Amino acid sequence: MEILNYTAVELAGKIKAKEVTVREAVEAVFARIEEQEKEYHCYVTLDKENALKQAEAVQAKVDAGELTGPLAGVPVAIKDNMCTEGMLTTCSSKILGNFIPTFSAEAVRNLEKAGVVILGKTNMDEFAMGSTTETSAYGVTKNPWNTEHVPGGSSGGSAAAVAGNECFFALGSDTGGSIRQPAGFCGVVGMKPTYGTVSRYGLIAYGSSLDQIGPLCKDVTDCAAILEAISTHDTKDSTSVKRQDTDFMSALIDDVKGMRIGIPRNYLGEGLDPEVRDAVLGAAEVLKEKGAVVEEFDFSLVEYAIPAYYTIAAAEASSNLERFDGIKYGYRTEEFEGLHQMYKKTRSEGFGPEVKRRIMLGSFVLSSGYYDAYYLKALKVKALIKKAFDEAFAKYDVILGPVAPTTAPKLGESLSDPIRMYLGDIYTISVNLAGLPGICLPCGKDSKGLPIGLQLIGDCFQEKKLIQTAYTYEQARGRFGSAKQTAESGVR
Amino acid sequence: MGKQYETVIGLEVHVELATKTKIFCGCSTAFGAAPNAHTCPVCTGMPGSLPVLNKQVVEYAVAVGLATDCDITRVCKFDRKNYFYPDNPQNYQISQLYLPICRNGHVDIKTADGTKSVGIHEIHMEEDAGKLIHDEWEDCSLVDYNRSGVPLIEIVSEPDMRSADEVIAYLEKLRLIIQYLGASDCKLQEGSMRADVNLSVREVGAEKFGTRTEMKNLNSFRAIARAIEGERARQIELLESGQEVIQETRRWDDTKECSYAMRSKEDAQDYRYFPDPDLVPVHINEEWIEQIKAAQPEFRDEKMARYKAEYELPDYDIDILTESKHMADIFEQTVAICGQPKKVSNWLMVETMRLLKEQEMEPEDIRFAPENLAKLIALVEAKEINGTVAKEVFEKIFDENIDPEKYVEENGLKTVNDEGALRKTVEEVIAANPQSVEDYQNGKEKAIGFLVGQTMKAMKGKADPGMVNQLLRELL
Repeated sequence: MEILNYTAVELAGKIKAKEVTVREAVEAVFARIEEQEKEYHCYVTLDKENALKQAEAVQAKVDAGELTGPLAGVPVAIKDNMCTEGMLTTCSSKILGNFIPTFSAEAVRNLEKAGVVILGKTNMDEFAMGSTTETSAYGVTKNPWNTEHVPGGSSGGSAAAVAGNECFFALGSDTGGSIRQPAGFCGVVGMKPTYGTVSRYGLIAYGSSLDQIGPLCKDVTDCAAILEAISTHDTKDSTSVKRQDTDFMSALIDDVKGMRIGIPRNYLGEGLDPEVRDAVLGAAEVLKEKGAVVEEFDFSLVEYAIPAYYTIAAAEASSNLERFDGIKYGYRTEEFEGLHQMYKKTRSEGFGPEVKRRIMLGSFVLSSGYYDAYYLKALKVKALIKKAFDEAFAKYDVILGPVAPTTAPKLGESLSDPIRMYLGDIYTISVNLAGLPGICLPCGKDSKGLPIGLQLIGDCFQEKKLIQTAYTYEQARGRFGSAKQTAESGVR
Repeated sequence: MGKQYETVIGLEVHVELATKTKIFCGCSTAFGAAPNAHTCPVCTGMPGSLPVLNKQVVEYAVAVGLATDCDITRVCKFDRKNYFYPDNPQNYQISQLYLPICRNGHVDIKTADGTKSVGIHEIHMEEDAGKLIHDEWEDCSLVDYNRSGVPLIEIVSEPDMRSADEVIAYLEKLRLIIQYLGASDCKLQEGSMRADVNLSVREVGAEKFGTRTEMKNLNSFRAIARAIEGERARQIELLESGQEVIQETRRWDDTKECSYAMRSKEDAQDYRYFPDPDLVPVHINEEWIEQIKAAQPEFRDEKMARYKAEYELPDYDIDILTESKHMADIFEQTVAICGQPKKVSNWLMVETMRLLKEQEMEPEDIRFAPENLAKLIALVEAKEINGTVAKEVFEKIFDENIDPEKYVEENGLKTVNDEGALRKTVEEVIAANPQSVEDYQNGKEKAIGFLVGQTMKAMKGKADPGMVNQLLRELL
């Protein structure tokens, strides 16, 4: 079997067994990157030289028996909004076009401790604002399943890199669906953990109260292994939670007998593509056959999630992005007279239109006289959504539904109609508002051959139930494969 | 007769807390380091960095709140105050607007008409900004973020004060409380205590407040008093000439003794305050408050009562000694060594206060070790040195914290107690001053003083004047 067809955990096993060297794995990935990156454009930054150097160091530690974990020696990609010491970190924005951090994000450091090799930084919607990776200042990323389509976003580069075998797994970040939706569009597994599970230290903030880092990977086993590696309590992040139950690989159990699964009827109604609906209900059927108790229920407030999300996320973003001012780092306009003009020109030239739109929206909802009517009201909606989920989780272990109303749209279709693009986040956003964990895994393809994503949502800290359910489904489904896999690996 | 006006004053006092590290990161708060030496990703606003609250800041704020009779907010939060300026690395300041840590307190001040209570509206915690340095030569500005993230509390009073005297009394009281708590050294000159004055005037008897202005850049009690008088006069003049007071922020120029408008209410920025999502709410429970209470030091009133009982000092002494916590500490430490409260008190009240005044220093600036003062007192007690020499030595202690025993030894300042040597000098003085001797013998008592002086001079001050006097009388 070709090296690139291994999952991350499989590859680490082969490296440990000395069947593959870390260098071979890195070289195989770079061969694939050189072959197709021009077309896909998954990465903003690639550093082969450094990757090969890391490979040597990791190999030495593996040989010495110092690195024995399930990710040792695995070449990975990092979304470009996570700081990497000494490596360009742009958030796919012109304003950070020359920014090289002095420290690495805690999640990145945790992966390094686990022995991964970092290949480079993946493309994304500028500052994670967008659902297609088209708002990047460095060009669009294409969906490896069909290059006329977007990979989703904002972690589109990460999802496409996994789907296109340009890495073995990637880190993404999810503020309103930015891991799960591109995972769905690219046919890979993506997970957003419970808020507070993965440290946000070193993640360049978009909506601080909603942002979480998580994996994009080839299967549920990889997902559990990666999540286990990056979930640590971090005293540098005040919102980091101390958890004792981060042995997520222990939940890789092929059994859902008695698992109570609820499907929100409201998630299956108007606006949902019938092909997506059929595939999702088909997956529910599979779980039922495996012994789960599956039923539909009414889940209200869905329509309020989008306005609440765009109010809260934009408000936080408008403040979070103030530090990009041309004073300390990043882009500064060439010519200016005085401080005020420097600020104005730097930010006008440095930010793209979608970022400016959200900064303006956020500034507006926080401004005096509107704060109560918009921001506070949005917080109340957020609390009500959390309550609705609490009630649902009193009855169900897992909530099942689609990750997005459609499969990946064509390039260029979404940005002209931002409201429609925002509405595409309808199934993912409330999970962030409530701080819950959610996983997306492929459950079929539409008539155009594009992957369809199944989303499972759990109560706070119930990642294990999600992993168990997803793993059970995956076992029944069989290997989904990646966009360019050979028939040998058993694509269905 | 013209109209009578009443001045209405409220204060916003910023106090820099004496924590070792900054409010949201582990950087040192030490003053005077090379620019940007005490910085890290957090206090320079690097992308991806996150704030973590320093517990000591909360404890100091609660301690000040308890000492000023405030209600402690059991679940308090931090908010972001958004504004762009290069000294503000994130372009928002982390402060408290919606749920400040302390509310509804008061302090009692002494006024000409007796005791008066000044209400405290709230106390909140926040971070300080960095410092801009304008380089005239290079025509550019540089930023030093050493001060960025240094913890502050802002104490907002009610508009309860009516005169500069009341304002000064209020500030003195706050300063004492905070110094006694050890929460800050409260130096106006160095900026560890800053006061903004909100002032309006109204006709005596009027119910509504007049339009107020806010005065900034007040670096001393004197400047505050002058600014209050100046602003009161300016507002009355406006009203008398039929004009209106404009709500605005003004900057006091103490050298010119006048103020300038900085910005009016219309240009006031919208700070778009909202809760900082990077910080979790601070839960302050009864147990924690009890711990802070238990750790509180003896306050001035308690200390005064104890000094009276324990050291039997006059009220006048106690007043001066306890006016500064640092002074009181030096007093107690010195007494603990030499056990002579009144003598220690005298050195502090008289010589120390004189030197502080001469050198324009505050009691907080006293740097000598109590051991050295104790040694000096012992030297005088043992008649090793006389009073004049002792004063000289004390100045050295005050300025350079020298060891008096060594100093006296090395400079040969010991009193000559050898009667033979002294008798010889006295005889020489008598022989050299026949006129004075004659005057004395003719009943001019004053003449003996002159002879004592001449002897002391000949002894280079190292004699015991009492002994000289006695010898002179004996020989004459």
